[in-house]
Amino acid sequence: MKQKKIVMDAEALDRSLTRIAYEILERNKGSKELCLVGIRTGGVFLAERLRKKISRIEGADVPVGILDITLYRDDLRITNRKPKLGRTDIPFSLDNKKVILVDDVLFTGRTIRAAMDALIDFGRPKLIQLAVLVDRGHRELPIRADFVGKNLPSSAWEDIVVNLTEKDGIDEVLIQDSNR
Amino acid sequence: MKLTKKDILGIKDISVEEIKLILDTAESFIEVSTREIKKVPTLRGKTIINLFFEASTRTRTSFEIAGKRLSADTINISASTSSVVKGETLIDTARNIEAMNPDAIVIRHSAAGAPHLLARMVKQSIINAGDGAHEHPTQALLDMMTIREKKGRIAGLAVAIVGDIAHSRVARSNIYGLTKMGARVIVAGPAMMIPRDIERMGVSVYHKLEDAIKDVDIIMMLRIQMERQQQKIFPSLREYSNYFCLNRNNITLAKDDVLVMHPGPINRGIEISPDIADGPYSVILDQVTNGVAVRMALLYLLIGGKS
Repeated sequence: MKQKKIVMDAEALDRSLTRIAYEILERNKGSKELCLVGIRTGGVFLAERLRKKISRIEGADVPVGILDITLYRDDLRITNRKPKLGRTDIPFSLDNKKVILVDDVLFTGRTIRAAMDALIDFGRPKLIQLAVLVDRGHRELPIRADFVGKNLPSSAWEDIVVNLTEKDGIDEVLIQDSNR
Repeated sequence: MKLTKKDILGIKDISVEEIKLILDTAESFIEVSTREIKKVPTLRGKTIINLFFEASTRTRTSFEIAGKRLSADTINISASTSSVVKGETLIDTARNIEAMNPDAIVIRHSAAGAPHLLARMVKQSIINAGDGAHEHPTQALLDMMTIREKKGRIAGLAVAIVGDIAHSRVARSNIYGLTKMGARVIVAGPAMMIPRDIERMGVSVYHKLEDAIKDVDIIMMLRIQMERQQQKIFPSLREYSNYFCLNRNNITLAKDDVLVMHPGPINRGIEISPDIADGPYSVILDQVTNGVAVRMALLYLLIGGKS
């Protein structure tokens, strides 16, 4: 029987995002030159939620972009799996912007490496910071997050699942035995 | 869903699901060509040979740009500057290219079936960029992409294809594709230019332009192939143009929001009047833009990943 445990419920998830929004503003001394870029698909919804929170706190709207990292993956050459390509939509210049990259789970760090390479192709940001809802460890690259919702030490054979209302109908973070 | 084929030889043997996957992927690639740095690293280290035995600007350039924007190395070989002029056979040329270990070969040839022969001979992915009067699958895909982009769908639309249907690989690939996707296809042209039994492909046939384009959503005008004029399939260009040139008068018969398409190169004033080619109904240049995205999608789906 597959073990499944809820590690964050809707309220905890929302509180984490509120705290991250404050931390982003504190670290960057406000929302000037700030923009959010969500990594498909979970990061997109989280970036949008952070935008709303920042707007509520600061009364200022920061632009939000969507990034699909498929074309920058480092495993395309070694697997025969061709991930479905989603649309990238960053309708503003990244030159001299403070870019907050947003993802749901930080794991090996390979997605973030790909995302940073992609961002650099869109311009020269002043800085890139990383916000994630969950940091589950097991890094394979020298990458760390600037803003973390929850540190969740996990085993490699466990899956961390982030469900979000926008795509799954419910807000929660689960830890469960792997399907792999 | 993924593309499991080694080659793209024709629309005839591509399924509806595969067409949708290719078009969806192509839509995502549009964005890459709008960036300041129009390049992604996806096909780094891959080699693509463009083997063109027939004249081409649009298709060859489009394939070359598609490959380069994906970071592949693209090499162009045209018949006039290759060993073909020294008498080398297609099969020998192909074997020599294969020995240099590319990942994909894009071929255009005047003989129908040439890409199919190559696909059997070599292990690399073959993409048909036009074989004789047989198929031109990437053109049909970019046409379908343009229709879907502008109309939001393909199913249920009425599409008139007008011109030299008999010699047109663009018409054939589009008929396969559009009927598969649920469009109603009408073909029109002088009787000499309509293949016998074309109704079996699921199209209706008219011999007057005015009848064919009445109330249609899309008009696809085909190029009159001047290079085939020696065969004297109609009395004069002037006469053809009198009966089959799309102009501001007859276009009013189509729907108000009709799209005018043309695979290029256009013969202004022969199959299409300049004001229509450059007018508000025309999506001819959108077709070219989408062509790059469709070819990027095919290259990604065929050779992105382990071979």
